[in-house]
Amino acid sequence: MPLTPILTAHWDDEDSHTLTGYRRHGGYDMVAVTLNSNPDDVINLVKESGLRGRGGAGFPTGMKWSFVPQNDGKPHYLVVNADESEPGACKDIPLMMANPHALIEGCILASYAIRANHAFIYIRGEVPHVIRRVAAAAREAYSAGLLGKNIQGSGFDLDLVVHAGAGAYICGEETALLDSLEGRRGQPRLKPPFPAVAGLYASPTVINNVETIANIPTIVRNGADWFKQFGTEKSPGFKLFAVSGHVERPGIYEAPLGTTMRELLDYAGGVRKGHELKFWIPGGSSVPMLMPEHLDTPLTYEDMGALGTMLGTGTPMVFDETTSVVRAISRWIHFYKHESCGKCTPCREGTFWLDQILERFENGTAAETDIEKVDEICKQIAGRSFCALGDAASTPYAPALRYFREEFLAGTHTPANQLFDPVASTVFTGAMA
Amino acid sequence: MTVTTPGAGTPATQPLDGINVSVDGIEVNVPKGTLVIRVAEQLGVAVPRFCDHPLLDPVAACRMCLVEIEGQPKPQPACAITVTEGMKVRTQLTSEIADQAQKGVMEFLLINHPLDCPICDKGGECPLQNQAMANGRGETRFDGVKRTFPKPINVSAQILLDRERCVSCARCTRFAEQIAGDPFIDLLERGAKQQVGIGDDTPFDSYFSGNTIQICPVGALTSAKYRFRSRPFDLVSTPTICEHCASGCSLRTDVRRSTVLRRQAWDNPDVNEEWNCDKGRFAFGYQADGRIEHPLVRDESGELVAASWPEAIAIAAEGLKAAGSRSAVFTGGRLTVEDAYSYAKFARVVLGTDNIDFRSRTATAEEADFLAAHVAGRFDGPSYADLEAAPVVLLVDFEPEDESPIVFLRLRKASRHGVRVASIAPFASSGLTKLKGSLISAGPGQQPALIASLTDNVAASDSAQTATLLREQGSVILVGERAAQTPGTLAAVADLARTTGAKLAWIPRRAGERGALDAGALPGLLPGGRPLDNDQARVQVAGEWGIEIDQLPPVGLSLTEVVSTVHADNSALASAADPTKVERSITALLIAGVEAGDLEDPASFLMAVDSVPFVVSLEQRHSDVTQRADVVLPVAAAAEKAGAFTNWEGRTQTFGQVLRDALTMSDSRVLAMIATVAGSQFGRGDIAEIRSEFRRIGPWSGNHTHMSDVGSVDTIELSSGEALVSTWRPLLDRGVLQEGDPYLAATARPVEARLSRATADAVGATEFVVVSTDNGSIELPVTITQMPDGVIWLPTNSEGSSLRVELGIGQGSVVRLSGGAA
Amino acid sequence: MSLTDQTIVDARECAARYPDSRSALLPLLHLVQSAEGTVTSDGIALCADVLGLTTAEVAGVATFYTMYKRHKVGRYHVGVCTNTLCAVLGGDAIWDALSERLGVGHDEVTADGTISLERIECQAACTHAPVMTANWEFLDDMDVPRALEVVEKLRAGEPVMSTRGPRIGTFQEIERSLAGFDDGLANEGGKDVRMLAGLDYAKQHGMSAPAGPAHSPLSVAKTEG
Repeated sequence: MPLTPILTAHWDDEDSHTLTGYRRHGGYDMVAVTLNSNPDDVINLVKESGLRGRGGAGFPTGMKWSFVPQNDGKPHYLVVNADESEPGACKDIPLMMANPHALIEGCILASYAIRANHAFIYIRGEVPHVIRRVAAAAREAYSAGLLGKNIQGSGFDLDLVVHAGAGAYICGEETALLDSLEGRRGQPRLKPPFPAVAGLYASPTVINNVETIANIPTIVRNGADWFKQFGTEKSPGFKLFAVSGHVERPGIYEAPLGTTMRELLDYAGGVRKGHELKFWIPGGSSVPMLMPEHLDTPLTYEDMGALGTMLGTGTPMVFDETTSVVRAISRWIHFYKHESCGKCTPCREGTFWLDQILERFENGTAAETDIEKVDEICKQIAGRSFCALGDAASTPYAPALRYFREEFLAGTHTPANQLFDPVASTVFTGAMA
Repeated sequence: MTVTTPGAGTPATQPLDGINVSVDGIEVNVPKGTLVIRVAEQLGVAVPRFCDHPLLDPVAACRMCLVEIEGQPKPQPACAITVTEGMKVRTQLTSEIADQAQKGVMEFLLINHPLDCPICDKGGECPLQNQAMANGRGETRFDGVKRTFPKPINVSAQILLDRERCVSCARCTRFAEQIAGDPFIDLLERGAKQQVGIGDDTPFDSYFSGNTIQICPVGALTSAKYRFRSRPFDLVSTPTICEHCASGCSLRTDVRRSTVLRRQAWDNPDVNEEWNCDKGRFAFGYQADGRIEHPLVRDESGELVAASWPEAIAIAAEGLKAAGSRSAVFTGGRLTVEDAYSYAKFARVVLGTDNIDFRSRTATAEEADFLAAHVAGRFDGPSYADLEAAPVVLLVDFEPEDESPIVFLRLRKASRHGVRVASIAPFASSGLTKLKGSLISAGPGQQPALIASLTDNVAASDSAQTATLLREQGSVILVGERAAQTPGTLAAVADLARTTGAKLAWIPRRAGERGALDAGALPGLLPGGRPLDNDQARVQVAGEWGIEIDQLPPVGLSLTEVVSTVHADNSALASAADPTKVERSITALLIAGVEAGDLEDPASFLMAVDSVPFVVSLEQRHSDVTQRADVVLPVAAAAEKAGAFTNWEGRTQTFGQVLRDALTMSDSRVLAMIATVAGSQFGRGDIAEIRSEFRRIGPWSGNHTHMSDVGSVDTIELSSGEALVSTWRPLLDRGVLQEGDPYLAATARPVEARLSRATADAVGATEFVVVSTDNGSIELPVTITQMPDGVIWLPTNSEGSSLRVELGIGQGSVVRLSGGAA
Repeated sequence: MSLTDQTIVDARECAARYPDSRSALLPLLHLVQSAEGTVTSDGIALCADVLGLTTAEVAGVATFYTMYKRHKVGRYHVGVCTNTLCAVLGGDAIWDALSERLGVGHDEVTADGTISLERIECQAACTHAPVMTANWEFLDDMDVPRALEVVEKLRAGEPVMSTRGPRIGTFQEIERSLAGFDDGLANEGGKDVRMLAGLDYAKQHGMSAPAGPAHSPLSVAKTEG
């Protein structure tokens, strides 16, 4: 399947991130069109397109928008989840750097559809330059009358606030994001009520991923049929696939859903010269790993689901034979332990425990009983925690154990870095110019 | 709830209108909105839990209550799922998945929990211990390193926190925020390091902080008062009623080897739900230390010396009998109903006087009128439940958080569900703010006019809504005892209630006042709210007391009037040519728990006590009164006797004797002994006897008196640098019943004066103010507050601000202000 | 720098951006951190005061998020991602080298106060692994020699450019931009080979997406409707 630069089409313009640069390619043309139409028509269009949320869950976007009650007398809010913090995920940050106006135009159109007069873009705090870019783009949009009161004489008001987080992966969970945006600790909320009914400030709220919203202007411009020509029936459209790891040319590859990993690997120059693929992960670290034999499965929500993993953020990580699986799993579990919000017992205590045991594996001091123990601990977390972080933390181990049991066994007597030289897995020699 | 056991006979023939669910195969029908965990409880299935609490919003954080619900792929938290029609729930009793899930969570909870049981207060009454045994595995598989914290730390002077023990259920922080409105504790940090904490230098000084200790499901929160003192299995518990304020909280008092070690809130859904305040919880040290141990009489040199009971009783009886109707009885506001009744009967039957008054505070004739007309013997006022259903609750001269904390909690609960609260007060207190209440600003003396404007429905726009809502069905007016301090207020309130139809309740500060009123401890009032000068009433009471109707005395004097009479006697004696020919009108006083410093004019009162020839004091601890008494008879403290208190609702609640082997006697028994030696028919002072006699008399069903015309407030012209005093007593202050509890005292609110910015600027007192009268001066830090100009608010009886004793002032007094040193 | 009346003015400006002022707490904590270089008790008290919260509530938020520092960090706070992908691709080696050269470990500051180190989590720059940051500005595609060079230059006060951003400012300057105060640097820096990898490939191989219809279905609907 060929690459299809659509969202990325003009990223190589010097001024792609500016209003001028965006307008040059028809940017913001859809504002007048949309504001002149019926908001329900916008929702139906997005529904018809079959667009699924690009933040990892893959929930149908149009359906999410339609959950917002109409004529309820409460303010509605659009919140963009730009908290991209999943290990391996790196598509939203480049999009906001290269073309923040696509996100802003998407915000305008989406807000209009759900009858929101306030939109927030919650960007993780660790990327100040992204925040600068998006804030600058917002200022440009305000000056151009594309944000603020009575946009282009339509009578529609929209205030956009660019909001910086402060370092918490859990704030990528939509209800934790809402609590964080309200100025609280970022801990997830009980559902029901669902955000569409009671979200930000207990009012109807739609939370969407950056890439999802960035798709909206394109869908509005080109229509549902055009959109559905890409991808599959259950996974229509195209995707920013950010390929990273032991490949020749890591980077963003925009392609239709349904492209295979083998094709993406090819585009990315293949596994780095002189090395072989050991394992890969289709999304971020929260989804089960896959092996070379899975390279030809289409990258769609349904096909990845059928393999027992998930498409997730669609940002594949590639690891070659120099990689210690034990080391990889250990670091990911350390990440989840560090990021666990602490609200629920299984995740808070379970990741704390897992981290200690995995470190033993990495140091070669694990006990044989630890192998099953870790598996059982993971089973005690998965499906029992308050939110998906617990599930995510307990996901990587079982497939890793299934495919690489001998490495974990070796972890009972030999440190990982003796089995797999850390120098060999570095890409220093392949550093870009 | 209805239960049908499967296969047991014919099913119910009538359709039930609740939701049908089954739990572990048992089919039940429950009201809509019931949580699964509650259904299980009602069936006797204990689904384990930590973060769930029936009075707090569910959070489903601990994950201990996981159950299997048919159709759901994952086990679900029973505390957060409401029932749906046809739901099939399987708990750990019938579901392997639920059982394993719970065991898993328990294992996780224990990996970082320290094995502190041997030194932890909670051991023996610990939900973690209990549920670990019931729903955990016997052995842990954890062999790593636990996370530890230095321990313990103070979150307040009273409350200690052992962070390692905490299981992050957040009951304490949720209570503090939702129920009390005092989010001075919150969760800090993240992940396994998550802990409860306070802001720097801002301790958890909430009036309700003690509740967090009680609801903490582990030993993370403990009190300095009880820490390391006892094991629960050594304690003997008695349900009691709190003796402090008029809220009427149910308590559980725990004793070990004749010492009260601990008091907890007890479950009383109609009154205090499951909460109490810190004063009720912690202030009981006064019962233990500093007690009068023996009867005391004056020897030849006039010194008080220990005497035997027979000797002391004989002297008391002789002196009181000789005085007869020229005596007066001051009971104070802290007696049980039975004891107050005994004094009321003693005064009329043994002494033959109607000079009896229970009010040991500012009190007026208007108030006596009001109480007789609208409160005594009446049980048709609003209840706690009515507060939750009222369109509006109007507070007049009443600060619930300080003066009746459980009323505050109920109002706060109500306000979170849309009930409006309005308050006639000089400024919006933090309590009013927490009730989202609206202020009807009133400087001292302005209350009657403001109330009248509500009555006439010509209120200013900001209180117009209150005036309208008061006229709606179910509205409530709560008036505090301080209303007596401003003439005209009580009459205006009675008028307002009558005109709008709002229900009216009078809320005193002390637990014994309402009971004493109903018992007839007020001049002109017989038990049950009967007017003394009503023939029918006299017949009923005399009959019950076994005396002739004409043995009942004429209407007598209040405490204030007695004191004036004594001073008049003194003047007459001083100016008489032949003093021996002048007869005193008052020759004996019988005084129970009265603190001179609580009265309007302590010096005048003490001078009167000094002047009266014969004084008998029935007291627990030494006081200004006992020092002047001729006979001091020690009486039982609250834990040493059975009794009852009547709360502001008119709800009478009994309690048993906590210290079973206490050697002290109740006031009733002591009075009975005096009466017997004096040769009067009185009874044995036995509590069962008193209760049945009082019950037989019952409430008055005839007409109550009407309020007579009352005076009005004089307008006071203030000179420059002067201000009017507004004052009340914060919950924690220098009250006698708080003596001996230093940890509690350390959690009191900072002592400060409040001034408007303009008033403070005018006298240069923006940081500190010096308040002076002819009697002395005090200096306090200032908090600038939005309030009327020319008014200063001061706490009545706090450290460094003892208005009556040091300055001889009270509500409405004029004081001079000047700036203080920084 | 310290907390001044201007800080309070700035704080109120932040608070006014939101329908509910409590939402401003995260930017406000960045603001006080920019004023004092760390979040102190005074900073917490200021936030509590401006927003009408208790200090406990503010402390709860301040201690939840890792970007709020309890003690002063270096003038340049250097992060090395040691999450799996970066660690494997060289992040661990970079960390070891920097830690050894500077003589400090995680969350520690050099004696001269110029550099502090932190093991950071995934920076959403995985295509640029191994990733470093200095005061959170991008330092992509690092290796040991370049990491050491950057750090030495920062220590010496020489200008260092972020790979996709501007010249790297001080910790306090960048914290202020996180509080929402524009520093005028948005146009600096830009894209790089990684971000454009797919686009470049597509252009080289003549791949493009098929064009759409002439008009948006929404404008068509309007005409028809």
